[in-house]
This record gives sequence, C-alpha cells and structure tokens, in this order.
Amino acid sequence: MKTTSLNQTHRNMNAKMVDFGGWDMPLHYGSQLDEHHKVRSDAGMFDVSHMLAVDIKGKGVRDFLRQLVANNVDKLMQPGKALYTCMLNPRGGVIDDLIIYFLSESWFRIVVNAGTADKDMSWILARRDEIASGLEIIPRRDLAMIAVQGPNARTKVWQVIPEAQAATENLKLFQVTTFDKYFIARTGYTGEDGFEITLPNSDAAYLWKSLHTAGVGPTGLGARDTLRLEAGMNLYGQDMDETTSPLESGLAWTVDLKSERNFIGKKALLETHVKYQLIGLLLLDRGVLRSHQKVSLQYNKEGGEGEITSGGFSPTLNASIAFARLPLQISAGDEVQVLVRDKTLRARVVKYPFVRNGKSLI
Amino acid sequence: MNIPTHLKYTKSHEWVKLEEDGTAIIGITHHAQELLGDMVFVEIPQVGRHLKQGEECAVVESVKAAADVYAPISGEVITTNPEIESAPEKINQDTYSAWLYKLKPSNTADLSKLLDSTEYQKVLESETH
Repeated sequence: MKTTSLNQTHRNMNAKMVDFGGWDMPLHYGSQLDEHHKVRSDAGMFDVSHMLAVDIKGKGVRDFLRQLVANNVDKLMQPGKALYTCMLNPRGGVIDDLIIYFLSESWFRIVVNAGTADKDMSWILARRDEIASGLEIIPRRDLAMIAVQGPNARTKVWQVIPEAQAATENLKLFQVTTFDKYFIARTGYTGEDGFEITLPNSDAAYLWKSLHTAGVGPTGLGARDTLRLEAGMNLYGQDMDETTSPLESGLAWTVDLKSERNFIGKKALLETHVKYQLIGLLLLDRGVLRSHQKVSLQYNKEGGEGEITSGGFSPTLNASIAFARLPLQISAGDEVQVLVRDKTLRARVVKYPFVRNGKSLI
Repeated sequence: MNIPTHLKYTKSHEWVKLEEDGTAIIGITHHAQELLGDMVFVEIPQVGRHLKQGEECAVVESVKAAADVYAPISGEVITTNPEIESAPEKINQDTYSAWLYKLKPSNTADLSKLLDSTEYQKVLESETH
C-alpha cells in the first residue's frame, strides 16, 4: 500500500488505518463524530497528501487548459486565483474533478483526486502530446498536503507559522499564495473556512505535530466524508464518473458552454438532452441513507425512479442526508420514498448544501 | 482484547450474560463496535417476540454501515433496554453495559453452542490477518 509522509505520525496518534484506494490512510483517531464536530466548531486537520499536485509549465499553458477542462480558465485573470472544474472525455463523461491554481502564464498547478491520479496523468500527457507538445507536465509526489479547516483554522495556522500571517491574511476564498516553502490556499472540502497547505514531504510531520500542539484536531477520512456531504460537495466515483454528465451531477455551474472555446466533451454536452438532476434528500424516518439505494416518486409524475449517489449520517443535523440523481420534474419540498434494506422510508427533497459555517441551511 | 471472562459469546460477535434467574442479557462485543465505528441507530426486537438461535433480531447502524444482530440462543424477548435507542453511542463508550434486550431461554441445548472468552478470542485471532 502507498503511504504519505505522515503515516507514522498517524499511527503514533492511534489512528485506525484503512486501505483507501491503495493508500494506507487514517479513517479516524477514536471517534469520527467527535472529529466532525471539532471541525465545525473549532479546527481540524486532514492529511490529503494522497491527492496529486501536477505542475503544468511552459508557453501556452492557458491555451492547453482552455481545451482540457470544462470550466473557463479565462476566469483566472489574477495570479493567485483558483478554479474548480471537471475534466471531461469526448462523450461528456467526467474523468475527474479538480482545482486549477493560476500562478503565472507559464505555471499553473492542478490538484487531482488520489484514486484517479494515474488515469488523469495518462490522459493529460496524451493530450499534451497531441495538442501542446512544448509543455512540461510535472507530478509533484515530493509534496505533502495538510488541510486545516474550521472557524479557528486560519488563526491556528498563524499561531504555528506566524511569519505566514502577513502573506495570507488577506487571501480571499479560492485564492492562493506561496510563502517560503508553503503553498497556501484558502480552499477546502468541508464548508468551513480554512487553508490547504502544500509543502515538502520532509516538513509535513513537523507542521502536523505543531498544529496538534496548538489544538488542531487530527481528522480522518470518515469525518471528511460526513463534512463534505453536509457541505454539498461532490465525491468523484460516487456522485459522478466517466459515464455521467456534469449536467446531471449538480455541476452545471462549473461548465462554461457560453464562450466560443472548444473543450473536450463540449460537443457531447451540447448534443445531449439532460434528463436528471442531482439534488438533496433529508430522511424523515429513522435510519441511514446510503449509496445506490433506490428512490421512488410519491406521485408517479411521468414515471421514472432515481438512485442515491452519496448518503450518510449528518452529525451536525443529527439526521440522515443524501445526494440523489432524480428526474428533473422532482422539486425541493417533494416527498419521496427510499428503499433502505427491506423497508420503504420517507425522505424530503431539499436543495443542498445542507450546512455552511457550522449552521444548518435546510 | 476486550473480552470479559464472565460472559459468553457467538461467532457473530454478540455477548451473552447468563443471569442467576435463568434469563440472558444480550449485546454486541467490543470487536463489533470497533469495526463498525460510531453508532447512530439501534433497532431492537419487540417484547414478546420468539427468537430461534441464529435468527436476525436487531440492527445496529453506525456512520459506516448497518449490521444485523443475531439471537445467540432461542427464547422470548422479555425486556428491551429503554435507553439504548436514544443513546446508541453507549455501545461504543460502554460496550458491556450497553445491552440491547433480555431473553427467557427456551432451549437449554442452545447454551452449549455459545463460546467462552477463550474460544471467542480464538475466533478473533483467526479473523485478523
């Protein structure tokens, strides 16, 4: 199994380790419920070094990215801005979702998911060879990444790296800056404020332990999933994959179909009739919603059924929530039925996100 | 390993406390709650229900997954734990006090199929690789 530079540190902190897509990662350090609450109320930290940062350098990076991804990189006009986007295949299916950081015209960094990193690299290298042969594509396995999230996250980071405060205190959401050996972005996957800090592998354990001493709670993959679900954030492989369109995955807002530029998958998106939406569910009966459970419509409006893509228990709401791919005619407020093991349970359709900045939105 | 010696066990990770009055108190083991993680729901059987040894009779649901709980011996459900449905986290925090239900055994031969703590420990050792 693959390990990050924090593997021994996690084990020393009593982490329950699991195999996550070939990586030996911490599921929790005792209680994923406690870790979830700590992120919403104070500050927690995640080892996300299994994700891959890829530097794209040379002349014409912007033009390459205009074709490679569905969102419009021309929204990144100021160095230090970040953009969330999908990378599509020619059928309009999602190869991965990723964040692009604009550092200079000759240097963009993208961060891709751990489970899709090898696939993404093959795809990007092949496209580079076809349309942008002068560019360097550099996978940065020499870098670790620690996400510090929560209302007190940024304050704790400044406590531990005081010299970084001046460089980062004016960062807006989705902005990034480099300071000393750190690449610090005001981004995250929890719906709370915070920083994602990229730094050399050899420095990761020291930063993690210093943050821990400052009171930041180690947080595992279990809480990472309940936090992102509450925050309405997609998980690749569950909420979308190569067989689903971003337009049926709640990601239409990340697709720019208006500009003239031609990107891979654009033609397929324009030619396909959208029949489904990704929308939220709140379970009304007792139980837990989970992926792949079938959803049926209370009133058979033109028939059709749906399926839960991601489901789970929301510790902040103390109820079960889910994302479901449902026919377009369903709206927020409708009641549906979910087949949970052998019972039919009632759920209400709600728009997500469910929680932001520690508070319920539904 | 957390396997109290005064209790009996099953391969499916239930514990049984045999009381002086002949009744049996049932819960799930430390190993089971550790595998499942933080508990969020419990479904316990109805009082009066007659269970056969090995029958599915309850469900414990954690953030991670739902797991069926099986009757360790045959009998009639005579009480259920009034606190456990509103405080499922007790299964994680205080496993051997977090009982689910109490049975009046109906077949003494079933008792011989239960494992003692040493036998249960062997089950766990063979499970971990």
